[in-house]
Amino acid sequence: MGSTASLPKFRDETYRDDFSFRNSEQSVLRAPFPFDKDSYMYAVNMELHQRTGQLNSAFNEPFDVDEHYLAEMRDRALVLDEDPLRYQSLPHMEMAGWDTLELLMTHKSQSYPESFSLTRNGDDWHWINRPMGIDQHFRFGDATTLPYSPLEYITRQAQGDYVVLDERQGNLWMDAGMVTTQADWSLDFDIGMNFYEWHAPVPLAHEKGIFDRALKYLLAVQQSNPARRLNWTMTVNPRLDTSPENFHKWGPENTHVTPENVADKLFLRIELQSFWRLPRSNALLFPIRCYFLSMRDISTVPKWGARMHRVLKTLPPELASYKGLDNFRQTAVDWLSQHDDGQPTTPGAQPD
Amino acid sequence: MSINAGIDVIVSDVVEVNSLIKRFHFKRADGQQLPAFSGGAHVVIEMEDGEQRRRTPYSLMSSPFDTTDYQVSIRRDDEGRGGSLYMHREVTTGMAMKISYPANLFPLDLRARRHLLIAGGIGITPFLAQTDQLNRLSADLELHYGVRSPELGAYLPELNASLGHRLHTYYSDEKQFIDYDELLTRQPVGTHLYVCGPSPMIDATLNSARSLGWPEAHIHFEHFAKSPPGEPFVIELANSGLSVEVGREQSMLEAIEAAGVDAPYLCRGGACGQCETKVLEYDGELLHEDHWLEDDEKARGQKIMPCVSRFRGKRLVLER
Repeated sequence: MGSTASLPKFRDETYRDDFSFRNSEQSVLRAPFPFDKDSYMYAVNMELHQRTGQLNSAFNEPFDVDEHYLAEMRDRALVLDEDPLRYQSLPHMEMAGWDTLELLMTHKSQSYPESFSLTRNGDDWHWINRPMGIDQHFRFGDATTLPYSPLEYITRQAQGDYVVLDERQGNLWMDAGMVTTQADWSLDFDIGMNFYEWHAPVPLAHEKGIFDRALKYLLAVQQSNPARRLNWTMTVNPRLDTSPENFHKWGPENTHVTPENVADKLFLRIELQSFWRLPRSNALLFPIRCYFLSMRDISTVPKWGARMHRVLKTLPPELASYKGLDNFRQTAVDWLSQHDDGQPTTPGAQPD
Repeated sequence: MSINAGIDVIVSDVVEVNSLIKRFHFKRADGQQLPAFSGGAHVVIEMEDGEQRRRTPYSLMSSPFDTTDYQVSIRRDDEGRGGSLYMHREVTTGMAMKISYPANLFPLDLRARRHLLIAGGIGITPFLAQTDQLNRLSADLELHYGVRSPELGAYLPELNASLGHRLHTYYSDEKQFIDYDELLTRQPVGTHLYVCGPSPMIDATLNSARSLGWPEAHIHFEHFAKSPPGEPFVIELANSGLSVEVGREQSMLEAIEAAGVDAPYLCRGGACGQCETKVLEYDGELLHEDHWLEDDEKARGQKIMPCVSRFRGKRLVLER
């Protein structure tokens, strides 16, 4: 990786209240559409986190920055104002916070040198984030030289949630994180849990031995081989903060989907999850980046429209319930059916 | 999965530490910085030894914060398969070599209220990196270092300087030995125990800790099994449709790699589990040398760790 991509114009939009979030046509096409065939079931769908052949793709850079960057960072700041516990770090995780800061600053400045710059002189570092108007001199390893802890500082400037996993006893422990764009789970609830504990509610996958294999894969992730996988769910309105803490705000909206509004009100919520071994702490960084596509966005790509229809229609009921789709699944299937010509689709997830 | 991407390095210095130990320094061939790492990490060094490509793991002993220069110390093992002999005899300053990215199978538990480190002989090397890291964190630590004599005690002056009264030495030639029960009994709650050294030392430490009721999560050890030389044998690789001869001083894993078959690995010392391979069929005896499989798994004969284990008999078929 390590190209010199120019960033698009950032959109002035919201993920709450009037929900003015929209995707440009380019933004739809570059989304990491998660379905590589016409049906869906859990699998250990992990692969190396590297470029694909596609030119304009969310996989082009290790940490993707897109047209929604500033709006997402504004939304994160609002969430943290109301609930500072969305960022937490247990005392032994400070080194992992510095590792994360280094990783993000290094990659962002290599990927987008017009927008981000990092100058290192021993432990004296100089960070410039032009889109956010930040110019910060600090001493690497000395948290008193930053306005926040290193993990909070850098994740207030990076799209996606960041969970930091400590490795002990052949297991991974959720001991730090910044979580404001989550699909109905809570860092405050899960903090300190291990890999099996925080996955306990997931149906079907335990029986298939998926978690044993996934954990083995994750423990083998080293500095040389960051990995990624895609996950997905659906969200009514483009609301990043669908947290259990705020269920009273978004839960009722699940019943607001109608045949008239489904195209623009219901979103496929794609999670691009990646896995990075951190050097000094030996912890594993787990970024979870959220991409929204409305049903109408999806229908603009004929292959995706047909495939979304088929996936939703054939989804096992316990999976649909776990993902919280019961209130609107049928409405979405009915609307998408007009975009499904019944013909076979080409292999892979990319647009034709 | 290609978890074993390497780094091209230049041997920047070779230092004779004592009559048995040499220290090797590596810098990146492209002049860039090496990756930072965590205390306890190792790298796998690739050696082009004549016809044979060896890959042997060694603990990084330099400061995890020094990204200009990696250092490993290697004790000459005249009875081994030849990796240490190659390093001692053939490797000189200026040579180009390839090493793996650092990986850590012996990490510190940073939740510990106190770190009790026990080293035997060349097992001191991971603790040199770890004590550097712990000193920076101003962590509470004590190092107990058993070695034959002061002359063979590598890095004693350095450790004395960095640890002072927190360093305790034991010279077996002078009949000084660690009293594990006494040492472990007087540790405060919240202490984590780390041991790296010869097998008898690890066993004695673990036995003492367990009999004293130490929580398993507070006990850490680095048990790099030696892969001993042995009689040559042939393995059949079912998935690749190949038949491969394993030489006297070659491991099964090295023979599989030499045949051009990509196989996963991490520690190459029978400890991490990455190279675990299914045994499909065998007529003979599996010679398990690893610390990964449970005893009942070894007895069942359905899995083997090709990085260290061997075989004696007529026929062995692996799923690889």
